[in-house]
Amino acid sequence: MLKKLLARTVIYLLVPFLFLFAWDFAAERLNNEVILPGIGQVAQLFGQPTDSLISMGSLTRNVGISLVRVLAGYTIAVCLAVPLGIFMGYYGTVFRLLNGFLALFRPIPPLAWVPLVLAWFGIASLATLFDVRAGPAYVYLNNLKFSMIFIIFMGAFYPVLTSTIHGVSGVRTTLIDSARVLGAGKRDIFRKVLLPASLPSIVNGMRTGLGVAWMCLVSAEMLPGSLSGVGYLITHAYTMARTDIVIAGMISIAVVGAFLDLVFRMVEKRKFAWTRLTR
Amino acid sequence: MSTWPILQVRDLGKTFETKKGMPVEALSGVTFDIDENDFVCIVGPSGCGKSTLLRMVAGLETMSSGRITYRGEEFLRSRKEIGMVFQEYSLLPWRCVLDNVALGPEFSGVSRQEREAAAMSFLKRVGMESFSRAFPHELSGGMRQRVAIVRALANDPDVLLMDEPFGALDAHTRILLQKELLRIWENNRKTILFVTHGVDEAIYLADRIMVMSARPGRILDMIDVDIERPRVRAHPSYGVLAERILSILENETLASFS
Repeated sequence: MLKKLLARTVIYLLVPFLFLFAWDFAAERLNNEVILPGIGQVAQLFGQPTDSLISMGSLTRNVGISLVRVLAGYTIAVCLAVPLGIFMGYYGTVFRLLNGFLALFRPIPPLAWVPLVLAWFGIASLATLFDVRAGPAYVYLNNLKFSMIFIIFMGAFYPVLTSTIHGVSGVRTTLIDSARVLGAGKRDIFRKVLLPASLPSIVNGMRTGLGVAWMCLVSAEMLPGSLSGVGYLITHAYTMARTDIVIAGMISIAVVGAFLDLVFRMVEKRKFAWTRLTR
Repeated sequence: MSTWPILQVRDLGKTFETKKGMPVEALSGVTFDIDENDFVCIVGPSGCGKSTLLRMVAGLETMSSGRITYRGEEFLRSRKEIGMVFQEYSLLPWRCVLDNVALGPEFSGVSRQEREAAAMSFLKRVGMESFSRAFPHELSGGMRQRVAIVRALANDPDVLLMDEPFGALDAHTRILLQKELLRIWENNRKTILFVTHGVDEAIYLADRIMVMSARPGRILDMIDVDIERPRVRAHPSYGVLAERILSILENETLASFS
């Protein structure tokens, strides 16, 4: 039993360790920390995550700012995409009315919106909206630029919309029919059949959407007016030839992204065990 | 009280439109009466519109012509007095057995405590109370159909429509559930309209068997089953009746090919 567990752990860790080994070996041979810093150098940055880096604030602070931005754009995307998806999935007419239009924008990469978004919003932020000009509230709100939120929104919107439509339109008619025969009204059917039946698909879309939103982060934080966030930290470290900070930023993005994904996976596993039944 | 039969179907017709806009007549001129406590089986070749007929009685499908009345009253939407059990799996998979059985009372606004107590007593009648907290995916196909029947009964309908409810089960489970359904029917005195493609099943269960034609579905014959209950499949009249119904169906199927 213990032997089996040990063998499994080795299998899991084998490739990552080979990778780290190759990295360290290459770094030592190259001996150029701009091209490839050593593992120790990057690890050191994680040793003091709250120390200020290249006069930009600490790693944790920048990750925190990025997280708030992503969650802002993501929340708006979910709040719009889920109800819209439910209506499009249930009513054929609404689907035909909107799908062609929405499909036009789907293939556009969020980054391609940058010029337009800058023309529309410039460096306006929530601070501009609420007319806050100074104080800690200003610093906080000014970090939430409309342009960034828009890019993140575009990244998260489509995955959530698509899987919500898919979930609702995939609800088996027998479930709806059987509820109707038992006396369910329209409200009951929406709340007690349609919504719970499509929830696994909706949550799955939310998971994908959050992943895409998180990936849009670096591009969003490269926009003018940005002075913080992991994305900005990476580009700024690049201009200062601090490759170790670039790599530390990349690793932070990976770790936070994987953690968010894990949270969703756990919810899915615990709440939606019944989806194993398909017949 | 009144002389109305519990269900009356007059001149019922249904015409579908295919995707290309071609009209297809699925049912035409279907007329019959069902009396209180009757067990009527509908048999017919596949695609003869027997499921469509049942769905129209359930208020799930619009009719193109004709009229359906319940105790003399016309209706267009589903009503509480007419319950239905489907062939496919129809339990809500995210709810446990008890919450599924309590669904009908829940829709009509009965309090949680009351509806759960009622659901529990219905489960006890079929010996399934120990499964009340199980989820549908933990049950076998036969158990799920049993729960689906109990769920329909818990809503206290007068008429129970059953659309090939045992069609997806293995032969042994099917025979068990047929027996159990008869027991339930004898104890609760419901009126049952049961669609099947199994002639054997129809003879085992029904008071009367309605034989339907190929598309467009019409009623070819209404046959009384005069075999005393409890029925045994070895009874001599059993085979004679089966032969008679099968030959009607055979002629019908041949005619639809020519």
